[in-house]
Amino acid sequence: MTTSIVTAQAPGKASRTAATPDPARLRRRRRLAQWGFVAPAVVFMLLFFGYPLVRNVVMSFQHFTPKTFFTGDAPFNGADNWSHVFQDPLFGKALWHTLVFTAGSLLGQFCIGLALAVFFSRRFPLNGVLRSLILLPWLVPMVVSGIVWRRILDQDTGVLNSFLDTLGLGGHTPWLTSPGMALLSVILVNIWIGIPFNMVILYGGLQEIPKELYEAASLDGAPAWRTFRSITLPMLKPVITVVLVLGFMSTVKILDLILALTDGGPADATQTLGTLTYQNSFVRLDFGAGAVVGNVLILVSAVFAVFYLRANRTEGK
Amino acid sequence: MSKRFNRIPERSPVARRRGRSRRAVAPLTAVSVLVAGAALTGCGEQRDGDVYTVMNSSTDETYHRWDAEAMARCGTRLGVTIEQQSVPAAQVMTKALRMASSKSLPDIVQFDASEMPTFAEAGGLVDLKTLGLSTRDIPQGIVNFGSYKGTYYGAARSVNTLALFYNKDILDQAGVKVPTTWDELRKAAKKLTGGKRYGLALSAGGAEDGVFQFTPFMWSNGGDETRLDGPQVAGALDYWKALLADGSLSKSTVSWTQADVNDQFMAGNAAMMINGPWQVETLNTKKSLHWGIAKIPVPRAGAPSVGPLGGAVLTVPNTGDKAREKRAGEIVACLASQKEQLTYALNSWMVPANAKAAAVWRTRVPELDALADQVAAARSRTAKLGAGWPSVSLALQSAFQSALTGQSSEAALKRAQQRATSGN
Repeated sequence: MTTSIVTAQAPGKASRTAATPDPARLRRRRRLAQWGFVAPAVVFMLLFFGYPLVRNVVMSFQHFTPKTFFTGDAPFNGADNWSHVFQDPLFGKALWHTLVFTAGSLLGQFCIGLALAVFFSRRFPLNGVLRSLILLPWLVPMVVSGIVWRRILDQDTGVLNSFLDTLGLGGHTPWLTSPGMALLSVILVNIWIGIPFNMVILYGGLQEIPKELYEAASLDGAPAWRTFRSITLPMLKPVITVVLVLGFMSTVKILDLILALTDGGPADATQTLGTLTYQNSFVRLDFGAGAVVGNVLILVSAVFAVFYLRANRTEGK
Repeated sequence: MSKRFNRIPERSPVARRRGRSRRAVAPLTAVSVLVAGAALTGCGEQRDGDVYTVMNSSTDETYHRWDAEAMARCGTRLGVTIEQQSVPAAQVMTKALRMASSKSLPDIVQFDASEMPTFAEAGGLVDLKTLGLSTRDIPQGIVNFGSYKGTYYGAARSVNTLALFYNKDILDQAGVKVPTTWDELRKAAKKLTGGKRYGLALSAGGAEDGVFQFTPFMWSNGGDETRLDGPQVAGALDYWKALLADGSLSKSTVSWTQADVNDQFMAGNAAMMINGPWQVETLNTKKSLHWGIAKIPVPRAGAPSVGPLGGAVLTVPNTGDKAREKRAGEIVACLASQKEQLTYALNSWMVPANAKAAAVWRTRVPELDALADQVAAARSRTAKLGAGWPSVSLALQSAFQSALTGQSSEAALKRAQQRATSGN
């Protein structure tokens, strides 16, 4: 169909080209048509991804304040915003928290998600029901989860501490109220949220592994752990890359969950790059500084996107 | 495969259609650009002649209804239609800024008074006095509350502040008198703590709520937001630390908002709380709860109790349309008139800004008398710092949270002062 469209001639010139088909012209036309199909996507990307991205970079070099919204004036101030943000002790803290949060969340989500995926790839009664129940945390809006968990983790009246108390395990853990604990608690909640995503994708990947491989392994007398290490993991590698990179992208920019759980507190113990951007831009209304932190976040994500693309390319070869 | 088409005679309908579909590629591109462009410019809408918009943060059903009723009355009186657009409180400022850049500002914006200076400094507000509004019968403190650098930009309908709420039954049972000084408060709180119940609940959360609650302690102790590292501020923070160390305050204090504090008080988990009159409506839903209200205790007997002035102000944004701004000024004047103020204040349990309305209000709700006294002596958070308040507020939040979770007050506040002055 496509080819017939491309090769059809414009009325009036049909007779001439019918006699001498010009390959260069044909190729040009085809190229043009191809671009025509790509154009909407390119325009969309440029408008909604390219423009904000460039704008954000430019903004980080501007003195962009509430006044700018009225006058449109945002004088360039060189690297002022950048040096300002980098000198803020909170930036270093937020960067560190972001790394710990991302690494901790990914590790937890992935390990538990993989374990559940392996578990559910066996056949047993109620498998389907249980599997869909585990999806719940994924379906609940992040802010709702945050608010519910804030109640669960309350030091005095929270369900978790009451539960630990009845088990005789203390029950006075300051989950969200101690600067030493808060980041861990936020990570635990995020792991809970991320498990379904990891499980679903990894479960799908597991279904793709040919059963013959396992049969061969069991004929060779390979124990379960060996089978997992030598068959499941290597066969699952492309899926694992996807899961980890997508997980990274959504975790590194975390904002809503932390705002709902701790608001970055107590004492800035859960400030991440996401919350710092929010605070700079929308609380202090210093949009230049907010853009700087945002750019750092984009940069971090971009580095991982490159890894992802490379990994994908080598898988493709 | 192309031969078949090449043999089709010119002007055949099929060939024409094919040709068109090929040529459609360029228009397709153009259309996608146009659609995207239209989507972006669609924001700048035309204003309708007799329809005026008020943007506020009355997202609660009750407040939204009270405001809608007041707007309907004023609309009838002035012969215009007034539309209410309510957005969450945290979004009023950013939404208004976005609207400013797309030249689609509403006719009236109700800002939280602590945010108004930021918008005024950006040149976004009209001087209400040029629109014919008067400040007669409004106490100077409340005029200042709605002013920035001496210009009156915001008309308050009602104001609020913080006070000490106490559970009458619990205090009676324990034989504890309502505390008036810090010492008494500390002793009373300790005595009232027992089992699951804490003597006092307050919010030291990492947001404006916590700072709002800290100010009465800071100011009554002679502290000042321009010198966070001063000894008086540290003294106030040490007092909070002492309450926490006594066990009279829950460790969760650092994560509570003012609404959480109210929940704790209503559930009987706290015998006393620091909170504001906007909670009264909720408090009254629990009939078995007998609560009283008193001024926030002061460091020494006889010292003035200085609370923070809270509340929203009605402002007229600078839209450039003088006639509409004038009309908007009339709407503000109506909404903030003595009569409307009283209705609004009685509904929302806040204190009318107008002195005459406040006098009537006192006779109607004698149980909130303490609040009216506290309002009369209350101070605005932005009076000294104006648009610089948000940075100081953020630094202060971080400081009292650090101090309440282990750091020394002096060290935490010293860092806060550095952060506030460096603009970080």
